[in-house]
Amino acid sequence: MNDETLRKLKEQAKIIRSDIFRMAYRAQSAHSGGAYSCVEILVYLYFYRMRIDPKKPLDLSRDRLVFSKGHDAKALYAILARRGFFDPSLLDGYELDGGALAGHTTRGAVPGIEVSSGSLGHGLPIAVGMALAGKKQRKTHAVYAILSDGECDEGTTWESALFAAHHGLENLVVIIDYNRLQGYGYVDDVISLKPFGAKWRSFGWAARSCNGHSFRSLHRVCSIIPFQKGKPSVIIANTIKGKGGPPQHVNQVSSQYVPPTKEEYEKRVR
Amino acid sequence: MRNAFADVLREEAKKDPSIMLLTGDLGYSVFERFQEELPNQYLNCGIMEQSMTGIAAGLAFEGYRPVIYSIIPFITMRNIEQLRNDICYHNLPVLIVGVGAGFSYGPYGYSHHSLEDIGMMRLLPNLAILAPGDPVEARELTRQALRRFGPVYLRLGKKGEPTYTTRPVELGKGNILQDGDDIAIFSTSSILEVAIEVARRLADDHIYAMVVSMHTLVPFDTNLLEEVVKTKKMIVTIEEHAINGGLGTIVAEYFADHQIAFPLYRVGVRSYSSHIVGTQSYVRKAHGVSPALIVEEIRNRYARVSSSS
Repeated sequence: MNDETLRKLKEQAKIIRSDIFRMAYRAQSAHSGGAYSCVEILVYLYFYRMRIDPKKPLDLSRDRLVFSKGHDAKALYAILARRGFFDPSLLDGYELDGGALAGHTTRGAVPGIEVSSGSLGHGLPIAVGMALAGKKQRKTHAVYAILSDGECDEGTTWESALFAAHHGLENLVVIIDYNRLQGYGYVDDVISLKPFGAKWRSFGWAARSCNGHSFRSLHRVCSIIPFQKGKPSVIIANTIKGKGGPPQHVNQVSSQYVPPTKEEYEKRVR
Repeated sequence: MRNAFADVLREEAKKDPSIMLLTGDLGYSVFERFQEELPNQYLNCGIMEQSMTGIAAGLAFEGYRPVIYSIIPFITMRNIEQLRNDICYHNLPVLIVGVGAGFSYGPYGYSHHSLEDIGMMRLLPNLAILAPGDPVEARELTRQALRRFGPVYLRLGKKGEPTYTTRPVELGKGNILQDGDDIAIFSTSSILEVAIEVARRLADDHIYAMVVSMHTLVPFDTNLLEEVVKTKKMIVTIEEHAINGGLGTIVAEYFADHQIAFPLYRVGVRSYSSHIVGTQSYVRKAHGVSPALIVEEIRNRYARVSSSS
């Protein structure tokens, strides 16, 4: 990855964070912390990695992305809008009366959303089904699933992890936004996932970790997918919840709930 | 009924390679031929009904027509949110097949009985609900369900149900098995044999019943219901399901919504005891869903209806 590309991706991440901030302020909405924490992951995938064409959102050869952590929809909406899937002015209606964009993603609301999500633990099984279809049909596209760390509490995540490994779904890539904060506490205090990578490996996956805010780090791991022949890949992306949002909520439970104040908004847009 | 379903599924899957059978680790003596003849369209997902439902959604997004199979509580209740969010809201062409309607698994006990599924499934958007009463209906409805746009729930009995159907079966249309001038009996799912027996006993008392297998609960055959209101004196609904939520509720709701005042006797399970052990017919009887009890109540009600008219 050259410096010019890196600069552009960083610039894009800035724009996405501003969009998230504005949506959160307009709708006085919760669920911003996990939107901020996955910005670089999504920018890297949508602006660099994935084989997609915003003009053909249902093209059969596209890479699929299942955004399982549906509550962090603001990040996906901003990405899709800025990538050209729909008019960015629609972002202004996020969670507002008559707007197109609900607090959790809905397929069909705007182009580019592969599946509706919002209830945790649904995304991986669906992505597994898509990857299974791709494998059976000998397609070359990849299926990405973005999971939160919190939803690794859900049984369905591990059920479908067993299934994916058993069927050798090498075309499946899970990226976990490991910001270490779930709904109402730190992951280590609520339900610890440690040793996280070892859990996935023991389920038959090839696991790597990276700095989820560094494009170079993301690029380094994504360049060697599949990590191991015949195995699904999981990337544990170490991130910071609330990164780039209002500073007092960074790495705090409050980043999940507290919308920006008028003062914060005026300070930021000025 | 289960075998009729399996046979037609195999026939259809041979013609349509997009059909994928996913089972939740069940199907002994049912799917062996399917596995042998169509190994690429068969998948034992293991015991993970919730994930199996999500995986079916993923396959359906990619152009497959998945069929998911298990015993009713595990394929409708364990995974109800996956059915709602992943399958029905997306309006995906997934055929959800549950075996063991009502007390079909009588001796197995509470965990395997299914008295709530129709009521629950009726709340899901875009979902057609089919509950065949005999093997012919099971066969014909499976065929039609596999050609339908959108999700379908197929509620099957188990095995050994007698065959009553003589006319063509059409999804969405009540299957009239016999006509009678006085009352209409609507039955759904595998309790059809009880409805037939009730009608036979009533005829001994010169009460003549039309018997309809209401194999399609959604979309409901309201034309036939209207016809019955015009031509009969009373309607009886019989189902091996909780009294609320199923066939009787559908009819009662229709009457309420259309301001129709008409004698309706709903037969179903009103008070469920999880401690009753025994065969299907024994457990049915213990819950008031047996021919003798139903016939007596119809006689009493019919006497009142015909004396007031």
